[in-house]
Amino acid sequence: MRAPAPAGHNGDQATPKSDVTVRLHDVALSYGQKIVLSDCSLDCKRGQVTTVIGLSGAGKSTILRLVNGLRQPSTGHVFVNGVDIVGMSERQLNDIRVKMGFAFQASALFDSMSVFENVSFPLYEHTKLSRAEIRKRVEETLETIGLSDVSERLPAELSGGMQKRVGFARAIVNEPEIILFDEPTTGLDPIMTNVITDTIKSIQARLRPTSIVVMHDLPSVYAISDNIAMLFEGTIIESGPAADFRRSQNPIVQQFLEGSEVGPIPL
Amino acid sequence: MFRAETYLRTLPRPFPVTRRFFEYAGGITLLFFDAIRYIIAWRYRPSEVVRQTAFLIVDSLPIVLLTSGFTGLVISLETAQSAVNNGFAFVIGGSVAYGTVRELGPLLTGIVFAGRAGAAITAQLGSMVVTEQIEALKSFGSSPTKVLVVPRLLACVIGMPLLTAFADIIAVYGGYYMAYLRAHISTATYWNSVNQFVDFTDFEKGLLKAAVFGVIVAIVACYEGLRTEGGADGVGRATTNAVVTSILLVFAFNFGLSFVLFK
Repeated sequence: MRAPAPAGHNGDQATPKSDVTVRLHDVALSYGQKIVLSDCSLDCKRGQVTTVIGLSGAGKSTILRLVNGLRQPSTGHVFVNGVDIVGMSERQLNDIRVKMGFAFQASALFDSMSVFENVSFPLYEHTKLSRAEIRKRVEETLETIGLSDVSERLPAELSGGMQKRVGFARAIVNEPEIILFDEPTTGLDPIMTNVITDTIKSIQARLRPTSIVVMHDLPSVYAISDNIAMLFEGTIIESGPAADFRRSQNPIVQQFLEGSEVGPIPL
Repeated sequence: MFRAETYLRTLPRPFPVTRRFFEYAGGITLLFFDAIRYIIAWRYRPSEVVRQTAFLIVDSLPIVLLTSGFTGLVISLETAQSAVNNGFAFVIGGSVAYGTVRELGPLLTGIVFAGRAGAAITAQLGSMVVTEQIEALKSFGSSPTKVLVVPRLLACVIGMPLLTAFADIIAVYGGYYMAYLRAHISTATYWNSVNQFVDFTDFEKGLLKAAVFGVIVAIVACYEGLRTEGGADGVGRATTNAVVTSILLVFAFNFGLSFVLFK
């Protein structure tokens, strides 16, 4: 386990306060010649929902992958519970990851496994629960997301919305401290979008995790978020409590929230 | 923060083919030892090994039996009449069994296994990469080596010798059938010849070769699958690479093992 960055090595500024579960500090990342993130900083407070909004392809999902350690930044620090995870070995990262849940945009369910096997997988991998206890926990989790009757089905036999919810179930089944939601409502109809939004709210109310959500759908963003941050051209240009964010005077934020074609955002 | 990897990326890269070769060889070796580490620590699900073994054997068995059966038939077809005409009927069974048990059985099974099981493994893992299933696995702290590679490696190491044993038996019986049909060689002559030319250690060494080929097919297939990039195109490319590389390595290791085991 890596200690927080020492003072003098961005230490005083970089090391987060105790109420900050996840902190990105001056993170930069590029894929080949393409710069995805530069000087990107973000704080996510304990027990709250922080939503990252921004244009398609802006690098929002990359932020989630950095927090989970699936990507390593070129420079900068990523703190999870006060520990800098940059440069950690896979084994060290795995100790961090078991406390996280990740709900992927395309669900990423294991297609050769049933819903029950998918949801129970993290429990078999990382807990010493008995088979009966695992079955009980999985059934409870599936009931929480309203899918108690599909446990023996394969992912291919489910609709897109159901797959998303099974992905949520797999992400929350071991009751993680941090949950990452990657575009949970993208590609869904308005009714299913509301179902997903309500599911995230109920998960938040039940488990009180630190959630980071990447999302486009503004009504859902306002419904679930404690804090909102906007990513633009690789950096967080505005962040704050949801109510304040909506009143931001930043013309880029305003153009994005209004969905206007006219403004400083190049089309 | 200074990172050696970032700095190295900026350096000019001479000898790209040599570098790719060593990267590939290094990647395969690291994956193999990573898998061995989990096997020694007994950190895998035996039920998954059984499932994979059954799947790979059932998938490959028909084609292995067909290829080995025809091989036995054709060796006998080519040699039986000529041998009888020249007064060497007593070597027919021996020549079929000798060539099959020591070389053709493991080699042909390895090639067929690479084309069938190896391709299936790479395609499956490659599809899992492009649909983010591997990232999902990593995201909750599980190792793809432990969950995916180890069961397939063990399944191939168990499956290849079993398939080779079947292939040996079918080829030798195929040879007998053709020798009987073509040159009217008696049962006793054929099987006495087999007993005279081949002993059980030849059979065992053939199976040992098969187990090594199982390791090659599994590791190459898993490595190619896990490093798949792009969509369906990438899966296709990875699968082709896995089959070609496995077959080349099977041939190379077959020579090396024959040199060491049968000197």
